Amino acid sequence: MSIEVRNIKKQFGSFTALDDVSLDFPTGELVALLGPSGCGKTTLLRIIAGLERPDSGSVLLDGEDASHTHVRERQVGFVFQHYALFRHMSVFDNVAFGLRVKPRKERPSEAVIKQKVHALLELVQLDWLADRFPAQLSGGQRQRIALARALAVEPRVLLLDEPFGALDAKVRKELRRWLRRLHDELHITSIFVTHDQEEALEVADRVVLMDHGHVEQIGTPEEVYRHPATPFVYGFLGAVNYFHGRAEDGRVKVGEALLHHGADELTQSLAEGSPVLAFARPHELDILPDAGMALGVAAKISRILAFGVTARIELDGLNGSSGQHFEVEMTRAEVERQGLAEGQPVRLVPSRIKVFEHKGS
Amino acid sequence: MARRGSFNVLPGFNLALGYTLVYLSLVVLIPLAAVFIKSSALSFGEFWEVVSAPRVVASYRVSFGLSLLAAAINTVFGLMLAWALVRYSFPGKKLVDALVDLPFALPTAVAGIALTALYAGNGWLGQYLEPLGIKVAFAPLGILVALIFIGLPFVVRTVQPILEDLDTELEEAAASLGAARGQTFRLVLLPILLPALMTGFALAFARAVGEYGSVIFIAGNLPFVSEITPLMIITKLEQYDYTGATAIAVVMLVLSFILLLVINLLQAWTARRTGRNR
Amino acid sequence: MAGAATSLHWHGDTASRYESRSATREAPWVKGLILGLSLSFFAVFLLLPLFAVFVEALRKGLETYWAALVEPDALAAIRLTLITAAIALPLNLVFGVAAAWAIAKFEFRGKELLTTLIDLPFSVSPVIAGLIYVLIFGAQGWFGPWLAGHDIQIVFAVPGIVLATVFVTFPFVARELIPLMQAQGREEEEAAVVLGANGWQTFWYVTLPNIKWGLLYGVILCNARAMGEFGAVSVVSGHIRGQTNTMPLHVEILYNEYNFAAAFAVASVLALLALVTLVIKSWVEWKAGQAQAATEA
Repeated sequence: MSIEVRNIKKQFGSFTALDDVSLDFPTGELVALLGPSGCGKTTLLRIIAGLERPDSGSVLLDGEDASHTHVRERQVGFVFQHYALFRHMSVFDNVAFGLRVKPRKERPSEAVIKQKVHALLELVQLDWLADRFPAQLSGGQRQRIALARALAVEPRVLLLDEPFGALDAKVRKELRRWLRRLHDELHITSIFVTHDQEEALEVADRVVLMDHGHVEQIGTPEEVYRHPATPFVYGFLGAVNYFHGRAEDGRVKVGEALLHHGADELTQSLAEGSPVLAFARPHELDILPDAGMALGVAAKISRILAFGVTARIELDGLNGSSGQHFEVEMTRAEVERQGLAEGQPVRLVPSRIKVFEHKGS
Repeated sequence: MARRGSFNVLPGFNLALGYTLVYLSLVVLIPLAAVFIKSSALSFGEFWEVVSAPRVVASYRVSFGLSLLAAAINTVFGLMLAWALVRYSFPGKKLVDALVDLPFALPTAVAGIALTALYAGNGWLGQYLEPLGIKVAFAPLGILVALIFIGLPFVVRTVQPILEDLDTELEEAAASLGAARGQTFRLVLLPILLPALMTGFALAFARAVGEYGSVIFIAGNLPFVSEITPLMIITKLEQYDYTGATAIAVVMLVLSFILLLVINLLQAWTARRTGRNR
Repeated sequence: MAGAATSLHWHGDTASRYESRSATREAPWVKGLILGLSLSFFAVFLLLPLFAVFVEALRKGLETYWAALVEPDALAAIRLTLITAAIALPLNLVFGVAAAWAIAKFEFRGKELLTTLIDLPFSVSPVIAGLIYVLIFGAQGWFGPWLAGHDIQIVFAVPGIVLATVFVTFPFVARELIPLMQAQGREEEEAAVVLGANGWQTFWYVTLPNIKWGLLYGVILCNARAMGEFGAVSVVSGHIRGQTNTMPLHVEILYNEYNFAAAFAVASVLALLALVTLVIKSWVEWKAGQAQAATEA
């Protein structure tokens, strides 16, 4: 089932949680709502579920306006961040809850309920825990039970609020893969909220990046990572080095140094001398020995961290960019080959940069 | 004594515990033991004769029956009041919240005479009730009213913090699974509140059974009709029948100990079910 | 436990959390019904009796009211009530602090039993609380003959009243402090000891500031009960006007003499005391809530 939200606005007191948000969620996709805390992603999810009412705007489920449908009747599956399992009920009773509270006419018989619950528990691979109580389960198990419970009522969409937020790193990775596989099996339209970019990029078909109640970018993980639409998206999706500079001759000039890189459409379209922000990921910077020429940005190596295959090199900016810090990733072999050492003055040359017009201060 | 192996650098353990034990023994334990020692002067036959005398048995019926009824009424209305205080905003809420504890703070004798004044035949409420054939003051119904008054805060104050700590997610989860509001209350909220409700009930009951001051004015104290068990102890004392008074006191004390045990178990259950440790 | 289900706890405003969400809201008629029933119940069983005390007290005018309060027997009752509270309060305060220190800061065998025993007076009928002292110090009691021989009267005299009051107010302070100090753990005290503080310094500068609101709370409730106790005191008092009558007993005597205006006049003073207790109690709850918010922020 498809979900559309139209011009949603939501205020909490003087705080604007959502500012005129419109989005389409196509049928059968697994979409991540990604953003820092307070960006409005959870509020949007709760509005889609019907747990929160927007100040204005509408939610369309399968093309039908559901704005005035109570959460009870929306047929959405919602998995809460802390699972909200009923602690006085066994795992079985938790999963059966949605079936047992159906109006008498629609309620399946106990035998059917039993069959269905066991099928769901098998789906989440926890059938052997049916008689346990939530308090006796691990975090990952609770998460899967919460999911089974939400699926029991055959929801038209599945909404998950920070589904892995309360788990430790190892379990989180496992569950991510598991959720992806489950979605490939069920193909139910799903939206999950996360603040972890790695999680969003790894699991989702499509990522919606949000900040301060606005949608910043929508796209496949590949699209948003390779072609971030705004500085915010660039910064949010991974470690980043940035340079304040000016557009000059279709290039970026930082202080007296010219950033050597392939020309960029944006830089060419900008007026000479207009301020720009240039971004480069740590692996997109090369380190050259300082030969006293105006190529690349002058910096001094402050620390070399080389534990694994890749080494991380931290640098302090010199001259025009003093006070700034940079981070470069390269193989350890490369560090050794160049004979880089802490304290050494070098030049940073980006192999690829992303340039944004620098507005305001 | 500090358990071996649990080394503790803080001072004053021996002094604090020693003082606690001595003071507890002198003020509470030894005096209470006196009741049991004194009653042992009676043979079992004599003891039984005192505690099963018809007038005393009638007083048990009044005390226990009305205390149970009052606690039950307080449980229902206490839950509603706690619900209203936690979940609704209404004018004067702070005042209501503060005044709920009035029965803890108001001397029982004052409550007793005030209730009597209200429900007597010429009182504010009595004048309307008596023509309808409802006699409250100087009748068992009056005892019930007094016991409701003194037991009112218990259920409110045991349920209120549990309600406050309740995660809204639970109700939202139930609603998203299609449960109607009534079903959510019955299947999700009530089981969580149940231990606290029962604790409040037991506390209100325990208080009501032993209550004297607020009841004595309104009860009328008619033998076999509206005499409460604590009054039987007083009556025996006034007749200098110390052993008789002691025998009835033993019955009440044993009941108190059982209730204390039940309440402790209920509180442990509350803690388990809600994840609170108080 | 019975007698003090109330414990220091600030009820912040939680209503908006429920009222703003569609999944935690009731239909308007359900809300109306619950509010209507619970507030009517509250009004009839709590507000009305309180109101009645003051109306009855002033029924015969201010002059009669005042006369009932300044009459020598009333003044004697007020004095005895104050003396009783002034003795019972410090005793149970020191005990409460000592018991809480031992139970909350140390591990020892039988701790749960001790905690339960401290609660015991709350679940004992006040009448029995009076009876036990009659059995020990009364004419037929254990020490009766010896006391009579030395011309010391405890029961049916002031000492008996004080003893019975100490018994019924015994757990108040301890009950309040034990969970509070347990929740606070002993890290701060240990830090003080490591920094070289002695026992009293640790208690005075570290523990006391942390428990002051709980302590005050316990003391206020303890005081209200000490001044208002009726059943226990009634058993051990000689009911001698001007000598062994506390205020609640004085109310009873006046009431039984059909001197209603005077009875309610004295009762109104006790009711005022109860109201003041509730005001201070709410203030302490508010202060403690603020202090907690400040440490959590």
